[in-house]
Amino acid sequence: MFVDFFVTLRGAGVPVSLMEYLTLLGAVEKGLANESVDDFYYLSRAALVKDERNLDKFDQVFGHCFRGLDMSIEEIFGEIPEEWLKRLAEKTLTEEEKAQIEALGGWDKLMETLKQRLAEQKKRHQGGSKWIGTAGTSPFGAYGYNPEGIRIGQDDNRNNRAVKVWDKREFKNLDDTVEIGTRNIKVALRRLRRFAREGAATELDLPDTIHSTAAQGGLLDIKMVPERHNAVKILLALDVGGSMNPHVRVCEELFSAARTEFKHLQYVYFHNCPYESLWRNNRRRHVEREATWDVLHTYPSDYKLIFVGDASMSPYEIAQPGGSVEHWNEEAGSVWLQRLLSTYPKAVWLNPVREDRWEWTASIQMIRQLMGDRMFPLTLDGLDRAMRALGR
Amino acid sequence: MRFAGTESYVATEDLLVAVNAAITLERPLLIKGEPGTGKTILAHEIAASLGRPLIEWHIKSTTKAQHGLYEYDAVARLRDSQLGDERVHDIRNYIVRGKLWEAFTAEDRPVLLIDEIDKADIEFPNDLLQELDRMEFYVHETKETITAAERPVVVITSNNEKELPDAFLRRCFFHYIRFPDPDTMAAIVQVHYPDIKKLLLREALGAFYEVREVPGLKKKPSTSELLDWIKLLVAEDIPPEALRAKEVKDFLPPLHGALVKNEQDVHQLERLAFLARRERGN
Repeated sequence: MFVDFFVTLRGAGVPVSLMEYLTLLGAVEKGLANESVDDFYYLSRAALVKDERNLDKFDQVFGHCFRGLDMSIEEIFGEIPEEWLKRLAEKTLTEEEKAQIEALGGWDKLMETLKQRLAEQKKRHQGGSKWIGTAGTSPFGAYGYNPEGIRIGQDDNRNNRAVKVWDKREFKNLDDTVEIGTRNIKVALRRLRRFAREGAATELDLPDTIHSTAAQGGLLDIKMVPERHNAVKILLALDVGGSMNPHVRVCEELFSAARTEFKHLQYVYFHNCPYESLWRNNRRRHVEREATWDVLHTYPSDYKLIFVGDASMSPYEIAQPGGSVEHWNEEAGSVWLQRLLSTYPKAVWLNPVREDRWEWTASIQMIRQLMGDRMFPLTLDGLDRAMRALGR
Repeated sequence: MRFAGTESYVATEDLLVAVNAAITLERPLLIKGEPGTGKTILAHEIAASLGRPLIEWHIKSTTKAQHGLYEYDAVARLRDSQLGDERVHDIRNYIVRGKLWEAFTAEDRPVLLIDEIDKADIEFPNDLLQELDRMEFYVHETKETITAAERPVVVITSNNEKELPDAFLRRCFFHYIRFPDPDTMAAIVQVHYPDIKKLLLREALGAFYEVREVPGLKKKPSTSELLDWIKLLVAEDIPPEALRAKEVKDFLPPLHGALVKNEQDVHQLERLAFLARRERGN
C-alpha cells in the first residue's frame, strides 16, 4: 500500500523512514483518513513530514502520486542525466547560422519549447539543432552558440558572452563529507576557538563550593557552573558556480573542516557577489531563496562572517544596480556587501585565487577595498592570517 | 476521544486531523509555527475539549530532561543528616517528582504540554526519546520503574530556534500552523470579539495585513497581536473611518504600539509614513 508514494517521497529528498510509513499505515487502519483524499493528505503530511521546509516537496509528490498532476519543470530539470551534458566538442558557427538562431523566437517561446523537448527526449544527445545536449545549435544545452540560449549543466565558464544567463543547471551542494586534507584546515580553524561558559550549570565549581560552605558555617552549599563550550559563531557565505568551479575541491575541504569544528555554523550560498537573496540548498536554489534581510535579522552581530569566493567578476556586478549576471538586482552588490559588513563587523574574505594574481583583476581590488583589506588567500597560511584577523 | 475544536479556538481541517491522529495513535504531536499563532493555546483547548487535566511543562534554557522525570535532592538529605532529622532514613523523601511523572501517574488520561522544547539544550529531545516512546522510566534511587497507566496526550511546541534530532521527529506527528488567511483570521476575531462591528473588523484586518506587508519589519505582527490591537480599538471606541486609508504607508494605524513591539519597526513605519506624506505634499 502506498509503496510508490513512499519511494517517490524519498526520491524527492523528503527524509521519511520506515517507522513513519508504518505509523501512517496504522493510522489509516484505524480509520483516521475517513476514506477521503483530503483527510488522507493531512494525515500523511502530519505523519511523514517533520519539517516545514519539506512541506513543499511533499505537496508536489503527493500531487504527482495521487492526483496525477504533472511533475513541475524543476523536477524535469533534476532528471537530466549529467552524462548528456558532458562536454565533448565545440562548434563554430557562421554568421548566418547565428542570425538564424536569433530568429527562433522570444524568451517565452524558448521556455515552452524546452519543456516539450525535455518531455520528448529520452537519450543523450550531441550536435544537431533540436535536441538538448552539447555543442549543438539548439537553443538548449551547453557549449554551443546561441545568444538566447539557456545553459544547462555546463561545467565551466566557457565564454563570457552571456550577459544574463538563466542557469537552471544543478549546482552541486558543497559536500562536507570530504575528509582527506581537511585536518590541516581544522588545525588552522582551531585558532578561532573561544571557550566560554554558557548554558545550563552542570559542573561542580569546587572553589566556590568550599568558599560558600565555609561562609555558611559548615553547612554544605554546592555551587555549579556551566560547561565550557566553543562559543564562536560562524556565518559562512560561499560563492558557487561559474568561475568558482575550478576551486570547488578546496572549498569542499574548507567547508567540511568548518562543519566539524564549529557548533554554531550557518552557511549560505551566493553567486559572484551577495545580493538581496541567498540560498542554502544549491539543488533548489531557484525555489528556496532566503532574503538577505532575513539573514541579517536572524543572526546577531556576534556571528563572524566568512566569505569564500574568487571575487572575479565584471566590475558592474559589484558597483551597478542591475549588474548581476543572473537576475535584475535593484541595489548594487556593494550596497549589500556593506550592509552585511555593518551587521557583522568581524568579517573576512577568503579567496582561492593566488594572491600574486589579485592585482590583475579589477573586481578583486574592489572587493578587497570594500572588505577593508581583509581578503586572504585560501591557503593554510592565508587561513591562519584570516583567523587572526577575525579573532582580533 | 476526538478533538473537534472549541468555541474559543478556530481549528483548521488539517490541524484537526493531525491532533486526532496523535490522540488515537498515542504519539506526541509536535507543533511549529510563527510566534503568536496559537501553539500553546492549542494544548489548553485540547484539554478543555476532551475534558482532561492539563499538565504544563515550560522549558527554559537550563531545563534538563531529568527535571521532567524526577530530581533527587541530595543536598537537602545531606543537610538533614547534619541536623539529625529522622526523614533522612527514607530516600523517597528526597525524590521530587517532575511533570512527566505527574502525567504518567495521573488518574485521568491527561494532556501534557511540553512548551518551547527548542529553548532547551540541544541534547534535551534525545534524552526524552525513550520516555516518550515507551512512556516509562526507571528511578535509580528507589529501583522502581514508573510506567504510564494511560498514555497521556503529549503536545510539544517549538519556535524553531534549534533543529530537533531526526530520531525524535520520527516518533512525532507534526503540524505547522500556517499564518491564517484573511477569512480564517476574520473567523478567529469573531470568536474572540463577537460583537465587533463588521466594518471595523474589515478595516482593521485590512490595515493589519498591510502592516505585515511592510518590508524590513523585524517581527511581523501575528494573530495574538491582532487580537490585542482589536481589543484596544474596541476599548478606545475608534471609528472604522480612522483605519481607512488607501495604503498603510500613508498613515500610522492608531494604537500601532500593540501591533509592532520593536523600536526599529516603529521607526520603519514612521519613516514610510513620513515619506508618503512628503510625496503627497509635492
